[in-house]
Amino acid sequence: MSSPSRTELEEYRKQASAWFAENVPPEPDFMLPLTFMEVGTDEQFDFLCDWQNKVYEAGYLGAAWPEEYGGGGLDQAFQNIATEQMRIHGSPIMLNTIGLNWAGPLILDMGTHEQRQRYIKGILSAEDIWCQGFSEPDHGSDLGNVQTRAVREGDEWVFNGTKIWTTHGNHAKYMIMLARSIQETANKYAGLSFFLIPMKVPGVEAVPIRKLTGEYGFTETFFTDARMPGDCLMGQEGQGWAIAMRTLEYERSARGGQAGGLSIIVPDATDAIDLARRARRGGRPAIEDPVIRDRLVELLIEDRGNSLCFQRQRLAPLNQERPFSLGLSSKLMNTELIRRLNEFTISMQGAKAAYYMGEPDAIDGGLSQRAYLNSFSATIGGGTSQIQANIVGEHVLGLPKS
Amino acid sequence: MFNEGRHGAIGLSDEQTELLESATKYCRDKSPIETVRRLIEDDLGHDPAVFAEMAELGWLGIAIPESYGGAGLDLAEVVPVVEQMGRNLMGGPLLATTLTAQALLAAGTAEQKASILPELAAGRPATLALLEPHADWDPQHIDCQAMSADGGITLRGTKVFVTDAPIAAWMIVSVMLEGAPALVLLDPEAIASCSIRRETVIDETRRSYRVALDGVRLSESALLDVSLAGAALERIELAGSLLATAEMCGAAVSCIDDTLKYLVDRKQFGRPIGSYQALKHPTVHAHLGIEQARSHLYAAAHSFESGREGEIAVRMAKAHTGPAFGFAADRAIQFHGGFGFTYECDAQLYRRRAIWGENQHGDALYHRRKLADLIL
Repeated sequence: MSSPSRTELEEYRKQASAWFAENVPPEPDFMLPLTFMEVGTDEQFDFLCDWQNKVYEAGYLGAAWPEEYGGGGLDQAFQNIATEQMRIHGSPIMLNTIGLNWAGPLILDMGTHEQRQRYIKGILSAEDIWCQGFSEPDHGSDLGNVQTRAVREGDEWVFNGTKIWTTHGNHAKYMIMLARSIQETANKYAGLSFFLIPMKVPGVEAVPIRKLTGEYGFTETFFTDARMPGDCLMGQEGQGWAIAMRTLEYERSARGGQAGGLSIIVPDATDAIDLARRARRGGRPAIEDPVIRDRLVELLIEDRGNSLCFQRQRLAPLNQERPFSLGLSSKLMNTELIRRLNEFTISMQGAKAAYYMGEPDAIDGGLSQRAYLNSFSATIGGGTSQIQANIVGEHVLGLPKS
Repeated sequence: MFNEGRHGAIGLSDEQTELLESATKYCRDKSPIETVRRLIEDDLGHDPAVFAEMAELGWLGIAIPESYGGAGLDLAEVVPVVEQMGRNLMGGPLLATTLTAQALLAAGTAEQKASILPELAAGRPATLALLEPHADWDPQHIDCQAMSADGGITLRGTKVFVTDAPIAAWMIVSVMLEGAPALVLLDPEAIASCSIRRETVIDETRRSYRVALDGVRLSESALLDVSLAGAALERIELAGSLLATAEMCGAAVSCIDDTLKYLVDRKQFGRPIGSYQALKHPTVHAHLGIEQARSHLYAAAHSFESGREGEIAVRMAKAHTGPAFGFAADRAIQFHGGFGFTYECDAQLYRRRAIWGENQHGDALYHRRKLADLIL
């Protein structure tokens, strides 16, 4: 594929901009989730499924995925433009993020032709919602210690065990699942295998978990003699750990191939400035308080530092000595900054900081309070910040294992 | 894809890449830690033969136009050189000479530029005398006076933190002239008529002086263009901030490398101390702080000539890097344990240098205050 010309991209940008300007739905009378991890009600789910489907049908999702499996067959640059237009036009999020950005690229890279035909189109159209079964209740950060068992019985695999923090667990049709299929291996990683399994089968029960915000969005998912088709194995038996690590690279954007689309609406530093103009302290706009100003500037410097680190990754001469440093640290840096930024937006609000969602006098309906509490999902999920620090310490700086 | 207002922009020129590569090697070869230690005890504080070699390599003329004997590049290309000098804790008059050239380019008269810039590019050292005992970084806060008398100018007042003053062939001094900021150029004879005392400063790789100007007499031709003096002072502050940031980024990388080596080699309770998360995690945070600093640095270099955007980028880089280097060096001392408390341990060299760098051309709070007015 030759790279697209400036004119082609500009033309596409105009089309996309016009389409989103016309089609982005008005706010419904219920609060929409800001991330794919915060879908707590059926009305939110249905609304977002319809919207993703409409975006896909218009050609602005999976634009760079292969045409033969339902994608647009275009250069990645087109999808990047479409995603940017979603952000600009205040589009709701793309619901099926796990399918679009983790499972999908994995199936396209490693799956068989048959698996691609079966799964890719449904991921894009939101017909088939995906979830992920990695974490377990007793092994949050120690993923290699997964205990859910998959046992081959004739033509089938039989699953027993419990997964936790399953985003979309009660809505999903499929799950990417890491389970132990070989006992008695030299090390704990060698016994793991990777599966693409259906969720709506007997023996699978997804029980909603109530989050710290008071909302829902995750399930604890129980497998009790759940029988799955024999062809649900991905790759070879015993390759589970390597495939799971690859999936995490998609999740952490260390590897490309994602379908794209807006998956998280992050209140950023610009929103903090905007709030500082509206919130009042001591009878005056918070932005006039010299301490608030100094803290805001500090956060803006960090915010820009993260963006610049992202941009610096492509300048090889500036990454020669520790080439994986910026890639392996971006999750830690970004999620921690967002958490602190949200915490700061609460602290600007004076006494109103103590209001919460549902209170008519809360600033922005309690958006900051909700965003702060939800921001822990990113500093904990996908490997806690503390695990991330170990990864950077050991794999980037060469420190001995803890 | 990026909104530059919020995100800034980074870029790297081919010349920057080449200079980064050659400076990395050269500085490592010329300034091993034993040499740094030896030069601390030396009156001059640097090796003149090395400074002469740097001039031969063209480093003194990188940001001087070709018509004045330089390479005609920008300050962005000086950044990798200064970064690598910082990485090897080098001293010497390259920084001061480079900034003096920038001051001349910003406000020098045609004659001053034509006669002096080629000399600076060739490696004659020069320096700036800006700070005063009031210790305010604001370059427009000037108590030193220049008085016109008998067809000449007489100076009164004192400058502090003037680096490399005794070896400087020229010194540019900020003064008030008839109520407005002005810059004057002192030649070797005028410098000799100043009263100069070496200051005891926290970074022992530096040579810094207190310069009493009382009674120094200059001719009218020693004045730089008065109408450009204010703008030149602003530019010196930003150029100085950019290069101080580069120097700190380089030093911080070495500081962290030294700490990492100790964390791997040193064992306690039968384990390398770097396996303890209480030491590992703060070291990771120190490293990531410097990764951000380096991104800010190269963004500031990239946009240095872009007006207000450049000013924002430079002030952000300086405001971030000082504290980030300070944290890395502070933890370096702590994590070396008892050894860290000794003069022999190199951690102190970095901590002292971080305090020096943080206080060159405005500390973090100073720059954040300016930024608040620029971006909020």
